[in-house]
Amino acid sequence: MAADVLSVRNLRVEIPLRNEVLCPVDGVSFNIPAGEILGVVGESGAGKSMTGNAVIGLLDRPAHIAGGEIWLNGQRIDNLPKEAMRRLRGKQIGMVFQDPLTSLNPLLPIGEQLRETILEHLPVTKPQAAARAIAALEEVGIPAAARRIDSYPHEFSGGMRQRVVIALALCAEPSLVIADEPTTALDVSVQAQIIALLKRLCRERGTAVMLVTHDMGVIAETSDSVAVMYAGRLCELGPVREVMTHPAHPYTIGLMASTPLAAKGQKRLNQIPGAMPRLDNLPTACAFHPRCPQVQDRCSVEPGPDLEACGGRAACWFANGAGS
Amino acid sequence: MLAFTIRRTFQSVVVLLVVGLVAFSMFRFVGDPVDNMLGQERTGADIERLRTQLGLDQPFPVQYFKFLRGAVQGNFGVSYRQGRAVSGIIAERLPATLELAAVSAILAVVFGFGLGVFTAIRRDGWAANTIMTLSLVGVSLPTFLIGILLIYLFSVELNWLPSFGRGDVVDLGWWRTGLLTESGLKALILPAITLGLYQMTLIMRLVRSEMLEVLRQDYIRFARARGLKERVVHFRHALKNTLIPVITVTGLQLGSIIAFAIITETVFQWPGVGLLFINSIQFVDIPIMAAYLMLISVMFVGINLVVDLLYFAIDPRLHVGSSGVKG
Ligand SMILES: Nc1ncnc2c1ncn2[C@@H]1O[C@H](COP(=O)(O)OP(=O)(O)O)[C@@H](O)[C@H]1O
Ligand SMILES: [Mg+2]
Repeated sequence: MAADVLSVRNLRVEIPLRNEVLCPVDGVSFNIPAGEILGVVGESGAGKSMTGNAVIGLLDRPAHIAGGEIWLNGQRIDNLPKEAMRRLRGKQIGMVFQDPLTSLNPLLPIGEQLRETILEHLPVTKPQAAARAIAALEEVGIPAAARRIDSYPHEFSGGMRQRVVIALALCAEPSLVIADEPTTALDVSVQAQIIALLKRLCRERGTAVMLVTHDMGVIAETSDSVAVMYAGRLCELGPVREVMTHPAHPYTIGLMASTPLAAKGQKRLNQIPGAMPRLDNLPTACAFHPRCPQVQDRCSVEPGPDLEACGGRAACWFANGAGS
Repeated sequence: MLAFTIRRTFQSVVVLLVVGLVAFSMFRFVGDPVDNMLGQERTGADIERLRTQLGLDQPFPVQYFKFLRGAVQGNFGVSYRQGRAVSGIIAERLPATLELAAVSAILAVVFGFGLGVFTAIRRDGWAANTIMTLSLVGVSLPTFLIGILLIYLFSVELNWLPSFGRGDVVDLGWWRTGLLTESGLKALILPAITLGLYQMTLIMRLVRSEMLEVLRQDYIRFARARGLKERVVHFRHALKNTLIPVITVTGLQLGSIIAFAIITETVFQWPGVGLLFINSIQFVDIPIMAAYLMLISVMFVGINLVVDLLYFAIDPRLHVGSSGVKG
């Protein structure tokens, strides 16, 4: 645990509404060691972004952290004062958003945005910051970086812009990067390049990465471990190879069977019947039980076992290999 | 940039020609100045002589052309009522209107932007909520009512400020200003507030809603995720993006300040071109009315031109071809 850059313990996020309290993240725990990539998968609305935003301290009101702990390099950060948390953002935690077209301020040259970030976090002079900004662009593979440093975002293509965003996220050399679906908005042809770039940079620097994605294929290629989320809960967590080859939770099994890459042997892709429940209408006990092909009586009465407590991989009483 | 400016200027000229035509022909067919100028005891010969003298017997296109030719040289003919050159009369009255409009515009822009940004950043604070509620009064009360209420309160009840006129003026030769005397400044306060209040609330509400919209954008989230200070996020990243949509509307609002001045000048008997216009309507003083309309449209078009160019200067995305390199 000492080597973990990020350690999330039993995280709970709540959204108080007028007459109820929604809970988009509930009892989520995971660790990311230095230099490793944790893939986070799950259907849209599963709470992946909420988890990432909670870690970097950017939950939009009224959502807030209502329980659990977040540790970064041995420092507890979920209860830090606002100003201390701000200093940490960009410096120790970098973030890459989904859409590079909207992530950059259209009215400021990219060099300006790089320099302001570097000057904010690092003890450097203005000329040094300018040199670093160019170096940061070179590192992410922007050709003729010195010349393009004063270009505006609209003068770059989508893929190039996402490179700029990555340069911005990494320019103060954070120890953790949260990438929330960094390729979803990009052309298929550049998706692989961006993922490879992210992976290379983080491996070189020993940065821990929380990579949120829909794409099992991306996870298979890049991640060391994978967390599967369903309706705000973690249902499976384990090393990528094991989870991909021997999924334990019925939901993960369904997810794998519906992924082209993992389902190579099958004639046609499977589909999990039904849809993920809305947060204001969660089923009792295990949230997945109404859709679960292996459902048993216990599932509608008792929530699945706690991943942490049972030391297991899947939050399911009847998980494969759980030996029920 | 040059091509853009030329194109815009050309468009502006066309707009002015059309406005000139509409204004001129509208007045040409509204009322008959000859009726007013000659008293009850007139003969057919008198009427004919006056018509010829005023050029009213000539064909319409000829009249319009003469009007334009004069207008370009700043010559709008002779006032039917005062028998003096219209340009001279307007030049006398214009400083009063421009000073009033400028002070109102400055009030509207400074307070509009300031309060707009404030209420957007402190969106749930009690101060912001109070300001927003009060601003509803500003947009919903008609100008003349605001003027009358202010007069009632500050002139009649409190007796702090004059209720009409411009106070003492200082003649600078080509410009008579009320800004250099105490009574001139005092006289300016109420009309300026009356004229600027509506524009101020409008600008404020617009700035606020645009700023709130900008603060929801991804690049603001990303700026926060990069750990920038809130002050930097608000004033460096958000404000500049807010300006772009706001500038157009603000520009138009400033143009309409000069037009709205008619009402304020009437309420406060402010000796500007607006009041002059109102008085000439009663007398069907066509040259003055036409000159006034042309003046207002020149100002509108000029402001629009400046706004377009400003827009262009602020938004790099409009600089087509300034850098063709694509990544
Ligand atoms: N302001 C809000 N009010 C109510 N529900 C919200 C709000 N914001 C997000 N949610 C819900 O929180 C859940 C988690 O969202 P999110 O973390 O964005 O999912 P994803 O896994 O797709 O990134 C979703 O079901 C979403 O509907
Ligand atoms: Mg998401």
